[in-house]
Amino acid sequence: MDKGLQSEGNMIDVQQMIENNKKKKTVGERIEKIIPFFLLLCAAVSVLTTLGILFTLLRESIGFFSDVSIVNFYTGTNWSPWSGEYGVAPLIGGTLLVTLIATLVAVPLGLMAAIFLSEYANDKVRRIIKPILEVLAGIPTVVYGYFALTFITPMFQSIIPDLGIFNALSAGVVVGIMIIPMVASLSEDAMNSVPNALREGAYGLGATKLEVVFKVVLPAALSGIVASIVLAISRAIGETMIVTIAAGATPNLTFNPTESIQTMTAFIVQAATGDTTFGSTIYYSLYAVGMTLFVFTLVMNLIAQYISRKFREEY
Amino acid sequence: MSKVMEEKTNVRNEQTKKPEVKSEVKKEKTNSIIEVNDLNLWYGSDQALYEVSMDIPQERVTAIIGPSGCGKSTFLKTLNRMVEMVPIVKTSGSIKYREQDIFSSKFKEEYLRTKVGMVFQKPNPFPKSIYDNVAYGPRIHGVKKKEILDQIVEKSLKGAAIWDELKDRLHENAYGLSGGQQQRVCIARALAVEPDVILMDEPTSALDPISTAKVEELVQELKEKYSIVIVTHNMQQAARISDKTAFFLNGELIE
Amino acid sequence: MLGQNEQNMKKRMEGRVAANKISMVLFGLATAVGLIVLVLLFYRVLTQGVGYLSLDYILNFPAPYPEEAGIYAGLIGSIFLMIIVAVFAIIIGVATAIYLEEYAPQNRFTDFIRVNIQNLAGVPSIVFGLLGLTFFVYMFSFGYTLLAGGLTMALLILPVIVVAAQEAVRSVPSEIKEASYGMGASKWQTIARVVLPAAIPGILTGAIIALSRAIGETAPLIIVGAATAIYTLPDSLLAKYTVMPIQIYNWTGRPQEEWQYVAGAGIIILLAVLLLMNSIAVLIRNKYQRRF
Repeated sequence: MDKGLQSEGNMIDVQQMIENNKKKKTVGERIEKIIPFFLLLCAAVSVLTTLGILFTLLRESIGFFSDVSIVNFYTGTNWSPWSGEYGVAPLIGGTLLVTLIATLVAVPLGLMAAIFLSEYANDKVRRIIKPILEVLAGIPTVVYGYFALTFITPMFQSIIPDLGIFNALSAGVVVGIMIIPMVASLSEDAMNSVPNALREGAYGLGATKLEVVFKVVLPAALSGIVASIVLAISRAIGETMIVTIAAGATPNLTFNPTESIQTMTAFIVQAATGDTTFGSTIYYSLYAVGMTLFVFTLVMNLIAQYISRKFREEY
Repeated sequence: MSKVMEEKTNVRNEQTKKPEVKSEVKKEKTNSIIEVNDLNLWYGSDQALYEVSMDIPQERVTAIIGPSGCGKSTFLKTLNRMVEMVPIVKTSGSIKYREQDIFSSKFKEEYLRTKVGMVFQKPNPFPKSIYDNVAYGPRIHGVKKKEILDQIVEKSLKGAAIWDELKDRLHENAYGLSGGQQQRVCIARALAVEPDVILMDEPTSALDPISTAKVEELVQELKEKYSIVIVTHNMQQAARISDKTAFFLNGELIE
Repeated sequence: MLGQNEQNMKKRMEGRVAANKISMVLFGLATAVGLIVLVLLFYRVLTQGVGYLSLDYILNFPAPYPEEAGIYAGLIGSIFLMIIVAVFAIIIGVATAIYLEEYAPQNRFTDFIRVNIQNLAGVPSIVFGLLGLTFFVYMFSFGYTLLAGGLTMALLILPVIVVAAQEAVRSVPSEIKEASYGMGASKWQTIARVVLPAAIPGILTGAIIALSRAIGETAPLIIVGAATAIYTLPDSLLAKYTVMPIQIYNWTGRPQEEWQYVAGAGIIILLAVLLLMNSIAVLIRNKYQRRF
C-alpha cells in the first residue's frame, strides 16, 4: 500500500522532471547544433593536411625553380647541391634502383607466401603465420636500416668481396623484406575472394592444386594482386630510413647495385640534418625533391586505387 | 491465399466478440489516445502505407497483424516518428497524440518518444549494466539524483515483472541475461520514463515459448496503466492478448 | 594402342602431381623466408645489444663514450611525444570518424574527405616532415620543439586512426542506436552515451596500433628537427627533445663498432616498448571481441 503510493508519486515525478528539464533543453539543443559543426571542423583537418602538403611543396618548389631552371633540374645528370649542380636524375635513378631490387625480392616471395597461405595452408597454420608476417610490417624502419648495415651488408660482402659498406643492394633487399607483408596480405585477400565455384570447376576436371592456382586463381585475382604490388612499390619509393642508413649518400646515376647511391628520400634527410640555412637554394631543393617524390607515390597510389576499384566491380 | 482468408475471418471473429465484452466493462476508458487520419507513407517513390485511419484506444492492447512486408512495422514506427530515421521517408496525413499533431514543428520528436515508448523485435539492451539500461531514459532527460534513479529502476523492473529475478544482479552487464530476460529489461527500460503508450514490434518473435508466455502475461498487466500497440504475425497471440485488432495488407488497413 | 595412351597419361599425371608437391614446398619456403629474416633480425639485435643493456643505459643521457651513453632522453622524449600525438590524433581522428559515419550527408564533399583520407595514408612519412617544417617549425614559429614534432606525427597517423575509428563506430549494431532514439534520446546523446562507449575498445586498439607506428617513425622527426644529443628532459611543449629512433639512427651512423652495440641496446628497448603496446592492443581486442 505504502509502496504503491510511493510509486504513484514517482510516476508524476519522471514525466514532471522531463517537463521541467525541457526548458533547460535549449542548452542541449544548442549543443546538438554545435556538435556536427565541430565534428566537421575536425574532419576538415585531413583535407587541410592535404592542401597544406600541396601548398608547401608547390610554393617552395616554385621558389626553387626561380633559382634553378626546371629543365636543368629534370634533365641534369649531376646532383651536387653544395656546388650548385641540381640535376635530379641521380636521385631518381637511386630511388628506382632500390625500388627495383625491393620489387624483385618482395613480389616473388610475397606472392608465393600469399599462394601458400590462401591455397595450401590450413586454418591453423594460417592463423599462426599471418600475424608473424604482419610483425615484419611493424618493425620500425630504423631497425631495418641497422639490420641492413650491420648484418645484411657484411653477409653479402662475404659473397661479393668488393661490395662497399654502403650499397643499393642491401638496402633494396631489406626494403623488399619490409614490403613482403603488404604484397602477401593484400594478394591473399584478392585470392580469397575468388569464388570457390571456380576452383571446384577446375578440380572437377582433374586439375592439381598447382594447376588450379596458375590457371584459375591467379588470373581471377590478377587485378587485386597488381594493385597490391603497385601499393608496395609506392611504399618502397617513399621509404627513407633504410636507404639513408644502408645505401649511402652518393648521388650516382648507376644501375650497378653494388655501388653506393642516394635516393630522393635520403637526400632530404641529409640536407635536413646538415647545416642547411632557411631560405637557401638547398633548403628549397628539399621541397623540389619532395614534390617529385610525392608525385611518384601519388601516381602509384591512384593507379592502385583505380585497379582495385575495377577489381571490386568484377565480383 | 486461403490461409490469408482464414486469418481474415479470424480477425473478424475476434473483432466481433472481444471489443463488445470489454467496452461494457470499461466504458469510460474507450477514448482514443492516438488518432491516425489518412496516413500515407513513401520510401522514396515506393508507397508503403495507403490512407490509414485508425484510433488507438487508451489503456487497451491494440494488435496489428498482417503478412510480412504489409507495412505494419512501418506503421508502428510512424507512431513515434522512428520511421524518419530513414532519410528518404515522406508522409502525408495526420497523427494526433492527445489532440496534438505529432508532425508539427512545435512537437519535438524526442518529447514524443518519452510519451510513446518502444520495445523492439530483437531484445536490444545496451552493452551496459542492467541498472544503467533502465536508468538510461531518465538520465538523458536530465534526472541525475541517485536516490530517484534507484527508485525509478526498482519500480520499472517491478513493472516489467523481473525485479525479483534481477534485484541482486543490477550491476551485471545486461548481455549476460537470457533473451527473455533481456526483452523484459528492455520493457522496463521503456517504462522508466513513464510513457502513455508503448509500441511493441513483434516483441516475442525472438523468444522461446516460455519467455513468450511471460511477456504476454506482462502485456496483460501493463494495460492497466499503459496503452499498448503490438505488432505480431501470430494470430493466436493477437487473439490472446488484444482488445482490438487491426489487419494490414499491402500497406492498407483492412479491418 | 590404348594401353600406350593410358601409360602416357599416367606418366603425365605423376609428373603433374610431383610438380604440385614440389611447388607446395617452394611456396612454403618462400613464406618461411620472411619468418627466418624476422628471427635473424631479433637474434642479431639481441646478441649485439644485450651487452650494453643495463639500468644505467636506460637512465643515462647520450654521451660521447659508448660505455656511458644511454637512451633516457630518447625514451622519455618518445613518451612525451606520444602523449601529444595521442591527444591530437585521437580527438581529431575520432571526431572525423563520427562525422563521416553519423553526420556526413551523401555528397561530393563527403566523398572527397573519404578519398582524401585514403590518399593521405599513402603519402610518404618524410613528406609529412616537410609539411611540419613549413608550417609548425617556421610559419607558426614553434621551432624544433616537442610541439612541432608531436603535431607533425599526429597528422601522419591521423588517417590510420580515422579508419580504425570508422570501423569501430560502424560495428556498433543499429539495434541499440534505435533503442536509444526510441527512448527520446537526441542524436548526440545517442552517440555520446551509446555509440562511443560501445566503440571504445575498437578505437583504442586502432589508436594503440597507430601510435606504435608513430613511436618507431624517424624520418619526419629528423626533418622537423628532433635533436640528436640532448642532456635535459623536455620541460615544456616548446622544449627541445629527442626520441628513441633518432638516437638509434645517430648511433648506427657512427663508424666505431661499439656504437652499433649501443644502437642495438636502443633497438631492444624500442622493440620492448612496441611489444608492450601491441600486447595491450591485443588484450583489449580479445577482452571485448565477443560483445555483440
